[in-house]
Amino acid sequence: MTKGVHTARPILEVSDLHVRFPASRNWLGRPTSHVHAVNGVNLVVHAGRSLGIVGESGCGKSTLAQAIIGLAPHAQGRVAIDGQDFQAAQGRERRALRQKMQIVFQDPQSSLDRRLPVWRLISEPLHIRGGYSKAQLHAKAEQLAVSVGLRPEQLDRLPHEFSGGQRQRIAIARAISTDPDLLVLDEPTSALDVSVQAQIINLLLRLQRDRGLSYLMISHDVALVRHFCDDVAVMYLGQIVEAGPAGEVLRNPRHPYTQTLLAAAPSLESPLPAIAEARTGELPNNRRLPASCFYKERCGQAAEGCETPQVLRRAGARQIRCHLALG
Amino acid sequence: MMTGLSLERGHALAIHNLSLEFPTFSGAIKALDNVSIDVGKAEIVGIVGESGCGKSVTTMAATGLLPKGRYDITSGSVSLFGRNTLAMDDGELQDVRGKVVSTIFQEPMNALNPTIRIGKQLTDVIMRHEETSLPDARRIARDILADMLIGEPERVMNLYPFELSGGMRQRVLIAMAFSCKPGLIIADEPTTALDVTVQAVILRLIQNRARRTGTSVVFISHNVAVVSQLCDRLYVMYAGRIVEHGATRTVLEAPQHPYTQALLRCLPERVAPKQELEAIPGAVPSLLHPPAGCYFQPRCKEAVDLCRSRSPRLAGAEGQQVACWRRGVASETSGQEGRQ
Repeated sequence: MTKGVHTARPILEVSDLHVRFPASRNWLGRPTSHVHAVNGVNLVVHAGRSLGIVGESGCGKSTLAQAIIGLAPHAQGRVAIDGQDFQAAQGRERRALRQKMQIVFQDPQSSLDRRLPVWRLISEPLHIRGGYSKAQLHAKAEQLAVSVGLRPEQLDRLPHEFSGGQRQRIAIARAISTDPDLLVLDEPTSALDVSVQAQIINLLLRLQRDRGLSYLMISHDVALVRHFCDDVAVMYLGQIVEAGPAGEVLRNPRHPYTQTLLAAAPSLESPLPAIAEARTGELPNNRRLPASCFYKERCGQAAEGCETPQVLRRAGARQIRCHLALG
Repeated sequence: MMTGLSLERGHALAIHNLSLEFPTFSGAIKALDNVSIDVGKAEIVGIVGESGCGKSVTTMAATGLLPKGRYDITSGSVSLFGRNTLAMDDGELQDVRGKVVSTIFQEPMNALNPTIRIGKQLTDVIMRHEETSLPDARRIARDILADMLIGEPERVMNLYPFELSGGMRQRVLIAMAFSCKPGLIIADEPTTALDVTVQAVILRLIQNRARRTGTSVVFISHNVAVVSQLCDRLYVMYAGRIVEHGATRTVLEAPQHPYTQALLRCLPERVAPKQELEAIPGAVPSLLHPPAGCYFQPRCKEAVDLCRSRSPRLAGAEGQQVACWRRGVASETSGQEGRQ
């Protein structure tokens, strides 16, 4: 997030991003109601740094990732990569910008074409960019495979011959093939066992050190985000409710929602929370957004002044969307 | 909470030296090798391990849920409240399941019938096992749903499963599992598909109800943190064998087996931000051709020749047992020959 202390240039700037999907249509085929998945998100990822996005399922974190990368249509807002507007770009220019950011999905089982050999999978983004011979692509794939810890002799195999962790390595090799500035990681390890998760996290950290990559990591695992990311943004109902340095926000949460989320996160160091502490009801319907603070219905601390929509305000290094937490 | 090792109270579930194989064309997959698990009455016991380590197979074999004829039990016994489930026929098993032991699965949508209302599914289970009238069964169902913190249970009973959220569905399944007052609940990754806030509530509900009714619980999970918060005792499984077991606190604070130690070290929770995590090198062995000796030895930093030739047995005091030549067992180097 913006903190003003970094001298690093911003790689990704997202401002006032809204994403909504038609939920029902009238007889003319015009949408009559919408699912409001992302409701005004601002964020910045600086060069060589990682931003984590945490939140419950249905809070819009994956939609946000897809909208940034151009896989989901967005209704309003601006996404800029390296200072250039991604939406305004057309044709060749847009494709060039798109190659500066790549995405790694949660489930490598379904994100990799099962009929392509590994070297084709890894070099496909370069093939799309064009200008490489088959031999060059194969050589490039070999180089990338080695850099993510695969063996060159595995290049002619098909994805089903690999374990989940190795498949995720293939997906990462494919993502870094165009030498992007930004990797969007959508729950990259949640389908893996912890011992394999550790291998993949180590790989991603090493790639970041070696190549100066920036990461936008979507995750529901608070401990992982605290370990992996420099900054964190907590999402609720398509909005960021609290953002700032990961260590600070995740150790000392100030927004009531962040507090509940952290109390509920399983941990070796803390006991199971009491039901009253954890029980927070369910995510409200995102077809009709509340006119009050989005979190008011579930908030244990709701008081006077919560009827109005809250805005994200700065408090030191972090930003909080709650007038009570700001005092 | 701390001392769950109360064997004098009798066992809810006692699995003794269970070995199980799945025959395939390329040979037998040795899914379980001499697995022994004891669950005392009113005790919450966890089984942790990575995918494929046999934690679900163990309990499914014990409750007769594995497909008939597709597996061979090569040794061992299972005693569920003193009754041998391995010798039961289908009819007997059906009477036992639901009434004596009940399982909560990971995917609540797959465990509920999508075409039948919640209320009917609950009352069917209750009336299958207890001689009650329909109004009584509905009253029992309503009470237990309310106990699972489901607001307006009357209304929920008239809904279909798809109308409920994942957390609600899982609570309905827990209600169903507890509805016939079984002595033992097997919870097989019941919260893996759920959000952490919902997970915390569900774990609490299981714990509260089990403690209040004196029900034993076997909790299967890959998540060590969740098990640490819920269980009195835990078993750590690796490649179809128990490698360590003991009181939860003891095992997690002073793990003895190299695998348990490595498993805890690869969690990001205990490492400084951005530090390299201590991943376990290599991968889980194939159970078709398991390595000689200890199954963890190819990935173990401390492995010596003995580990590569002979498999260690669980040994140690009741409070913490470990299957490793380099711990406990191996310390009595002169006694090695006798143990084989």
